Amino acid sequence: MALVVLLLVGLLLTGGAYALFTQTSSAKAETASSSDIEEGQKLFVANCATCHGLSGEGSKAGPGLIGVGAAAVDFQVGTGRMPLQANGPQARAKEPQFNDEQTAQLAAYVASLGPGPAIPEEENLDGSKGDPAAGGSLFRANCAMCHNVVGAGGALTRGKYAPNLEDVSDKHIYEAMQTGPQNMPIFNDANLTPDDKRDVIAYVNEVTETPSPGGFKLGSLGPVAEGLFIWFFGLSAVIGLTVWLSSRSK
Amino acid sequence: MSTTQPTTTVGQAANFAETRVGASVLVREFGRKIFPSHWSFMLGEVALYSFIIVILSGTFLTFFFTPAMGEMHYEGPWAPLRGVEISEAYNSTLAISFEIRGGLFIRQMHHWGALLFVAALSIHMLRVFFTGAFRRPRELNWIVGVLLVIMGMAAGFTGYSLPDDLLSGNGLRIIDGIVKSLPLVGTYLSFFIFGGEFPGTDIVARLYSLHIMIVPALLIALIGIHLVFVVVHKHTQYPGSGNTEKNVVGEPVLPTFAAKGGGFFFLIFGLISLISALFTINPIWNYGPYDPSPVSAGTQPDWYIGWADGFLRIVPGWLEFYIAGWPISLNINSAVIVMGGVFGAMFIYPFFESWLLKDKREHHILDRPRNNPTRTAIGVAGVVFYCNMWAAASGDIIAVFFQMSLNDMIYIYRILFFVGPILGYMITKRMCIALQRKDREIALHGRETANIIRLPHGEFLERHEALPPHKLWKLTAFESPSYTPAEPNADGKITGLEKFRARLSKFFFEDRVAPVTKQELEASHHDHDSVESGDHKEIGH
Repeated sequence: MALVVLLLVGLLLTGGAYALFTQTSSAKAETASSSDIEEGQKLFVANCATCHGLSGEGSKAGPGLIGVGAAAVDFQVGTGRMPLQANGPQARAKEPQFNDEQTAQLAAYVASLGPGPAIPEEENLDGSKGDPAAGGSLFRANCAMCHNVVGAGGALTRGKYAPNLEDVSDKHIYEAMQTGPQNMPIFNDANLTPDDKRDVIAYVNEVTETPSPGGFKLGSLGPVAEGLFIWFFGLSAVIGLTVWLSSRSK
Repeated sequence: MSTTQPTTTVGQAANFAETRVGASVLVREFGRKIFPSHWSFMLGEVALYSFIIVILSGTFLTFFFTPAMGEMHYEGPWAPLRGVEISEAYNSTLAISFEIRGGLFIRQMHHWGALLFVAALSIHMLRVFFTGAFRRPRELNWIVGVLLVIMGMAAGFTGYSLPDDLLSGNGLRIIDGIVKSLPLVGTYLSFFIFGGEFPGTDIVARLYSLHIMIVPALLIALIGIHLVFVVVHKHTQYPGSGNTEKNVVGEPVLPTFAAKGGGFFFLIFGLISLISALFTINPIWNYGPYDPSPVSAGTQPDWYIGWADGFLRIVPGWLEFYIAGWPISLNINSAVIVMGGVFGAMFIYPFFESWLLKDKREHHILDRPRNNPTRTAIGVAGVVFYCNMWAAASGDIIAVFFQMSLNDMIYIYRILFFVGPILGYMITKRMCIALQRKDREIALHGRETANIIRLPHGEFLERHEALPPHKLWKLTAFESPSYTPAEPNADGKITGLEKFRARLSKFFFEDRVAPVTKQELEASHHDHDSVESGDHKEIGH
C-alpha cells in the first residue's frame, strides 16, 4: 500500500512539475482585463458555441478549445477562417467577421479557459532582425513540401491544401507555426525556436516581396505554368506568324 | 568553264566560288528546290530555328558554368541564400543569373527556346502524322523525326539537371528510382551512373558532357539527315487543282523561300527574346541547393517529361510484388514500358499502315485528316492518351486551382487512361465521317447561298451555287483506301497473319465514305442545271 501511495505521489509530482514547466514556457504574460474576457465570452456564446460548446468544451461538430490559447483564436478569427463559412475539407480564409477588438476579446476569453500559446510579441515578428538564408533552409526542410519553396501553396489529400503565403501577415505566419491550424503540424518552441520562426518569416517576406529578377513570375508555380505558357502563348504566336508569312496578298 | 575571265569584283568572287566548290551546281540543285507554301509546313522550321537559338545561347552559358559538385558557401548578391552551403554548379548558375551581364536573359532564352523547340517538334510531328506525310518514301525520315523527339527530351533532361538546385535534384531522384527499379541490373546501373550512392559528386559533370557534346552532336547529325531527306524526297503538298504526285507547286528556295525562311528565323529569335525578357523561367534562386531530404510542393519536370511523371503519379502502388523475396517494382518501371510502347508505336506506324493497305506506292500528295478517318482517330486517341498522362503530372496544381480532391483527380486520370483514348477514337472517327459526308453533299449539291426563292405555285427553294472547279477538286479528288480482303500467298495459302490483316482492314475501312465519282457529279449537275436555269427565268421577269 505504501508503495502504491509513494508511486502515486511521485507520478503526481513529476507530472505536475512537467505541466508547470511547459506552461511557463508557453503561457506568456496575459494582459487581458476581466472585462475583455467577459465581452469575449458573450461573443463566443453567440458565434462559436454551436460547434465548440457553451464553455469551449467542444462537441461532435467542432473541437474543444480549452488550452488552444490566444494565438490559435487570433489566427483562426483574424484570418476569417472562423467562424466557419461552410463545411468542407478545410476552413478557407475569408474577410474577417470580427474587428481587431472583438478578436482580442475572443482570444482573451479562450485563453482564460486554459493555458496555451499566447499571441506573439512584436519582437519575435520583426523580420528585418531575422536571417532570411537560415529561414530559407528551415523553410525548405519544414514547409516547402506543402507550401512550395516560395510559399505559393500546394495540394494536400482529399481537397485539403496548403495556402499561398504571399499576403499572410507576419503575426499570422508565426501563429500558424505555433498552433498548427487545419492540417498544419505544430512547430512548437522546442521544434522551431522563436528566433527560427522569425528567420522563417524573414525568408517568406524576402521571397514574396523582392521583385522577381527574371520578369513576370507566372505564379511561381514552376514548370507547369511555364509549359502552359509556351504552349498557349508561345505556340499561338508562332502559328500566327506562320499564317501571316504564308498568306498571299489578295 | 568559260574562256573569258570575269572583270568585275562580284564576277571574280563568283568565279572563285565556282572553280573551288562548284557553286553553280549547288545553286542549280538546291537553289531551285521548290517548297510549297502553307502555314503548317513552317512548324518544322520553327523547331530548327529555336534549336539554333538554343545552341547559340547554350554556348554563351558554357563560358560561365562550372560543372562540378564541390561544396562551398554562397557569397553572392541573392540574400535568401547568403551563407548557405551549395555546390559549385549551383553557385555558377546563380552567378550567371545575377552577376554576369545579360546572363539571366541568355539563360532564360536557352530555357524558353528549349521548351519551344520540343513544342514545335511535337506539333510538326502531329502535322506529319495527321496528313499522312510519313508514307513511302518518307518512312525513314519519320523515324529520324521520332529520334529527334527522343533526343530533344534527352537534351532537355540532361540540361534541366545541371544547375544542381532542389528542383533538378528531385528530377534526378526520380530517374535514379526508375533505374533502380529495373530488375537485376538496376542497383548496379544506378551506382555506375551516379558514381556510388545517389546523389554522389559526379553526376553534374557526367550530364554536362552529355548535354553540351554528345546529345547536341546527335541532334545536329539527325537534323542534317532530316533536311537532306526533305531535299531528296522533295516536299509533300496538299491536294489541290494542279498539284499531282509528280510535281511540286510552290516557291523556289532562291530567292523566295530562303528570304522568307531567313526572315522567319529572326521573327522566332525576336519572339523568344521577348518572352525571355518578360517572363521568368526556372527561377533556380527560389529552389535552393539540392539536398535529398526536402521536396517542394509543385515539383514537376519540364513539360515534355511531364507525361512520364504523370504516369508515375497515377500508377497504383500495388503493382509492386515479390518473387522469392525479390521485389518486382512494376509500379515504377512500368513508366519505362509505357514510354517504350509509345515510341515503339510511333516507329512502326508507317510500316503498319503500308502493310495493312498493301500499299507500296509513293505518296507526295497529303491527306486531309478527315479523308482518312481511322488514321486520324488513332492519332487523336494517342494524343488523348498522352495528354491525360501529361495532365496527371499537374494534378496537384489543378486540384488546388479548381478546389478538387487530389485523390479524386487521380481516380479520374486512371479511368481516362483507359477510357480516354477509346472515346477520343470513336468521337474523332464519327466527326471525320460526318465531315466527309458534308463534303460529299457540298460537292454534289453545291454551296448553300441563303437565297430563298419562291416559285409561282408557292413553293420555297434555297438556291445552291455550284463550286468553282478548284474547290470541287479539293473535295472530290482524294485517295480513299478501301477494304482489301485476305489474299492467298504464292503457295495459294491464306496465312493466319493475312487473315488478321484482312480483319484489321475491315475494321479500318468498312464504314468509309467513298469520294464522289464523276458519274455522280454529272448526274447531280444535270438536275441542278435544269432547276437553276428555270429559276433564272422567273427572277429575270
